[in-house]
Amino acid sequence: MSNIESQTIAFVRDTMIPEQAPPLTEAGAIKWLRENLFSGWFNSTLTLLSLAIIWWSLAAIGPWLVNTVWNAGSLSECRRILDGTGGACFAVINDRWHQLLFGFYPSHLYWRPVLALVLLFVALAPILFTGLPRKLLVFSALYPFIGYHLLWGGSIWLPISALLGFVAGGIAFILVRKVNGLAAVFAAVLAPVFWWLFLAGPFDSAMSSVLPLGLDFVRSDRFGGFLISLVIGVTGISLSLPLGILLALGRQSDMVFVKSVCVIFIEFIRGVPLITLLFTASLLLNYFLPPGTSFDLILRVIIMVTLFAAAYMAEVIRGGLAALPKGQYEAADALGLDYWKAQRLIIMPQALKISIPGIVNTFIGLFKDTTLVVFIGLLDPIGLSNAIRASTDWQGIYWELFIFIGALFFIFCFGISRYSMYLERKLKTDHK
Amino acid sequence: MKKSVFVGAFAATALVAGMAQAQMLQSIQDRGELNCGVSTGLAGFSAPDANGVWQGFDVAVCRAVAAAILDDAMAVNFVPTTGQTRFSALASGEVDMLARNTTWTFTRDIDLRLTFVGVNYYDGQGFMVSRDLGVSSATELDGATVCIQTGTTTELNLADYFRANGMNYEPVPIETNAEAQQQYLAGACDVYTTDVSGLAATRASFESPDAHVILPEVISKEPLGPVVRDGDKEWEGIVRWTLFALVAAEELGITSANVAELAQGTDNPEVNRLLGSEGEFGSMLGLESDWAVRAISAGGNYGEIFAANIGDQTPIGLARGLNALWTQGGLQYAMPFR
Repeated sequence: MSNIESQTIAFVRDTMIPEQAPPLTEAGAIKWLRENLFSGWFNSTLTLLSLAIIWWSLAAIGPWLVNTVWNAGSLSECRRILDGTGGACFAVINDRWHQLLFGFYPSHLYWRPVLALVLLFVALAPILFTGLPRKLLVFSALYPFIGYHLLWGGSIWLPISALLGFVAGGIAFILVRKVNGLAAVFAAVLAPVFWWLFLAGPFDSAMSSVLPLGLDFVRSDRFGGFLISLVIGVTGISLSLPLGILLALGRQSDMVFVKSVCVIFIEFIRGVPLITLLFTASLLLNYFLPPGTSFDLILRVIIMVTLFAAAYMAEVIRGGLAALPKGQYEAADALGLDYWKAQRLIIMPQALKISIPGIVNTFIGLFKDTTLVVFIGLLDPIGLSNAIRASTDWQGIYWELFIFIGALFFIFCFGISRYSMYLERKLKTDHK
Repeated sequence: MKKSVFVGAFAATALVAGMAQAQMLQSIQDRGELNCGVSTGLAGFSAPDANGVWQGFDVAVCRAVAAAILDDAMAVNFVPTTGQTRFSALASGEVDMLARNTTWTFTRDIDLRLTFVGVNYYDGQGFMVSRDLGVSSATELDGATVCIQTGTTTELNLADYFRANGMNYEPVPIETNAEAQQQYLAGACDVYTTDVSGLAATRASFESPDAHVILPEVISKEPLGPVVRDGDKEWEGIVRWTLFALVAAEELGITSANVAELAQGTDNPEVNRLLGSEGEFGSMLGLESDWAVRAISAGGNYGEIFAANIGDQTPIGLARGLNALWTQGGLQYAMPFR
């Protein structure tokens, strides 16, 4: 057979041709460029146009950024160093970064807010990443008290006595539960309130006189800069989610009273701008309270911001609830689960998963809205940038401060947004 | 416009709050600290320095009052207030006094039930234009685009002025002074208008100040001064006469350098009465006899405070002008210490 072939066929290849590199236009960077940037006359035009815009903006901003003065005591000194050449004067950040970050917090106590921030991440870790040991959640639960004490200081017995209120509630719940389930819930609510109203004060002062422990007290009006944004933002974010869930459930409730309270609250808060609530917090409350009482301004702002975010959160979560097929509710009923078990085990996990983008949206919005406190005279980064600009040294400086503040906010908002993408990927169950 | 909305709300509540807050002096002494409302940042007048210590012309008034009462110029808790929050902060008792470039007007004095204790800076609204424009008088500004801060009296003054002179203008509304600088330098408007002191400070911060001129016309009166609530004459008197003491000290040649020496007693009876070596003026105010000595030692007399914060040796570079003593052709005039 091979003989026949050898006579009839002139050439038979008996080895494979070695693999060759693909044509130049079909491989590597060129292929990518052809497919992604120049895949037609329209896309090619857009690509060239974009390149021109990028080049133009780089040419405009680049030299200004590169030719930066980092060490100078004032804007005029900066200009002397730059000597007529265009350049940024980030010396203002070098000179005032501590104010933009901490406000007027005493400089020898800067370790306290820094430690509070580090511990915040430790406390958040077990909540955000399920892979970590669950025992860390104990620390997360204690963190609000630790964080408060680190930031404000004062007697250590104040946060401890506040914490004991929750302990009292827990004990009351366990004790009464043996008698009656519903009564236990009431006891768990009433016991802490009773503790805080009547016993916490005497306990605090008694313990302080016996064993005066604690960090130096730092007044709220020393807070400023990014510290204030973080305090308001983090507290608002962590309180608005549970409040929002409760409001969303309340709005779906069959009980007329609960439902109408929730609807009125949500619609009222969503109907007024945040700035109105802030003005209410800073101006009107002063008139209602007896003269002489100073109800901490930051606390007032936190309450208002939390209520505001909670109303939006409730609507986001209601969207998630509405997106669940009715069958899920019916399945929960069929399994004989009571209302709270059904919510906890079946409804909420799914509804919250659906709502993640909306929830994160609200979080980021809330965090950025904290800059509105500048209008009621709190010196957040934006407020401090005005104050810094008002000093004779730095009068006339503009973009450098905003670039720095923008970068700070970007880091946090981008971080939140990346985490939410991770969470969505992790929880994806792919109903295809 | 914004202000008129607030007027009604304050009027009702300020009186109540004012009555409840009598005995201000006693409460400040108990507290050991003066709560002073200042602006959130105005070049030369009030701004925190790199260490977070407030500095400026308005701030110095707070320090003098604190020194007179508490013998400690640093015993002041500065409360930054915005244009919207300042009067309610005062009326509600959050601050004891305002030293915050606030114009003394009829409605504020009468309708808001506030008391302006004096004038520490006479200002007025002016115009700044680029030198290239070749304009030498505000009457040549017909058809100009004007950068103007919204919600302030300057907006109303501008409209009045242009209407009275039969001219047209195109307003470019802006929110803050810093924004105005950017807009003006970028050429978004031909003219920037605000108080002359603000114009001078803004111009001084430019890369080339000489390329811009402040036109000679001043189109409004803006007497700026410290404010207290109605209803506590004793407290009002302390703030008023501390301010007068600073002005009188300049008139009488008392400075922070020689005040201690002059307090020992001089041949001039008015100096003696002011500094407490003669008469009982301190105890009439409810203070110690050396109250004025402390106030003057805090930051110097009126002229020294002016020179240190906004005078022509500072980057702000304001001339005394209307704020010179009455003996030198200005309007600063302390009532006699007698």
